[in-house]
Amino acid sequence: MDSAPTNRVATGAPTGLPPTSTITLVINGKPTKLDLAPWTTLLDALREYAHLTGTKKGCDHGQCGACTVLVDGRRINSCLTLAIMKDGASVTTIEGLAENGVLHPLQQAFLDHDAFQCGYCTPGQICSAIGLMHEGRAHTSDEIRELMSGNICRCGAYVNIVAAIEQVMEAAKGSVKP
Amino acid sequence: MNSFSYTRAADVAAAVREVAADGAAFIAGGTNLIDLMKENVSKPSRLVDITRLPLNRIEELADGGLRLGALVTNSDTAYHALVERRYPILSRAILAGASAQLRNMATNGGNLLQRTRCYYFYDVATPCNKRDPGAGCSAINGFNRIHAILGTSDQCIAVHPSDMCVALAALEAVIHVTGKDGDRTIPFAEFHRLPGDTPQIDTNLAKDEIITSIDLPAKGFADHYAYLKVRDRASYAFALVSVAAALDMDGDTIRETRLALGGVAHKPWRNPDAEAMLNGITATRDHFEAVAETIVRGAHGFGHNTFKIELARRAVIRALQHAVRMGKSA
Repeated sequence: MDSAPTNRVATGAPTGLPPTSTITLVINGKPTKLDLAPWTTLLDALREYAHLTGTKKGCDHGQCGACTVLVDGRRINSCLTLAIMKDGASVTTIEGLAENGVLHPLQQAFLDHDAFQCGYCTPGQICSAIGLMHEGRAHTSDEIRELMSGNICRCGAYVNIVAAIEQVMEAAKGSVKP
Repeated sequence: MNSFSYTRAADVAAAVREVAADGAAFIAGGTNLIDLMKENVSKPSRLVDITRLPLNRIEELADGGLRLGALVTNSDTAYHALVERRYPILSRAILAGASAQLRNMATNGGNLLQRTRCYYFYDVATPCNKRDPGAGCSAINGFNRIHAILGTSDQCIAVHPSDMCVALAALEAVIHVTGKDGDRTIPFAEFHRLPGDTPQIDTNLAKDEIITSIDLPAKGFADHYAYLKVRDRASYAFALVSVAAALDMDGDTIRETRLALGGVAHKPWRNPDAEAMLNGITATRDHFEAVAETIVRGAHGFGHNTFKIELARRAVIRALQHAVRMGKSA
């Protein structure tokens, strides 16, 4: 069954909603056209329109970090970003990290260190950690903790999350590709 | 969230023209506005996206100052080599706020224009004079742990939540704005307002004006400064009280003092009389205590936040001590 989302805001529709716009996001290297209302957040665009549900909706208010993705290489909260404002941008999500079936070093390190319990915050934690390494500002475990404070883990796996990030930073000397 | 239409401004003149329309608002980083829209606190009918305007540079000024473009992100500002070297108090203050993700999104202009995090302002089920003038203030007799102790009115006891602005107040930054009648500048101290009987108006920026830059004067106080932030968590929390302390010193003698407090008022709080008490004075704790007493003399607590008076007093002393000592241990 074709379950493509229907455009429910056609011109003249009784809802009176403004028309949608077609935008292009380069999602995990793949140019993707999406037809979106202006209020669609990048998070909802990824999950509901591009069908990439790896990026999680936690608080939906920029407080938990579960929705963290990389836009043009920088980590941001996709829940507080309007997709239409990012027309033309490159977006990297958790689905785009493995290459040819090989996990990204941070994904592997999270497994090695048991850096999650329920796993809900994990895609955001990993995307955030990649952003952190790009930024190159964290050199100690205290600095990792400070610069990862935008990602909440309610299972409390913080100790192992920091250990996983430290392992990859040590191996990569702070230059990990997304 | 209410439905709205969207346009992307081609240039500053078009942005100013577009935002003048009823219900229109600018959007840049969106970190505060989109949140407020999700809560139905802000309900713009049209968003004017200014993120592609050429206000995204940091430039040196002929007078030795530094121009921070309104659209430079908080991260790029805090980590800019000239900001780190010449205005480290600003770098520290920015990095004390929000999270790395939010700082990557939030812009300098937007930081100035962010709204209070008063619980009742955010909760549309409760009365709030800032959200709905004349409705009443739920915080004055409600739960007011995070609220103001200085400069309050019987209409509003909200605080301005920014860390960055506390440092900008101490540095005496100048805001450059453009409106339909041309350009003007606003000294930082005159940018934000006290609530008075119009708590719905946070700043002296007109609706159809846009911030283009924040200019820092040449004097950066890089040798003697502190940004002390006291909060309920070690990271990623708003200040209960914060203090930006900047000193110009000649040996042990203080030539000039700048003190700005966050978390205590509707705007970054300065007290020029208290600052002047230290001019030409040898830096000792006794003098700092007198300054701190002067700053909190008119403070008033509302119950849950009364602890902030003593906290602010101690934070001022601590920040001044840090600012003095850093030069000696370097």
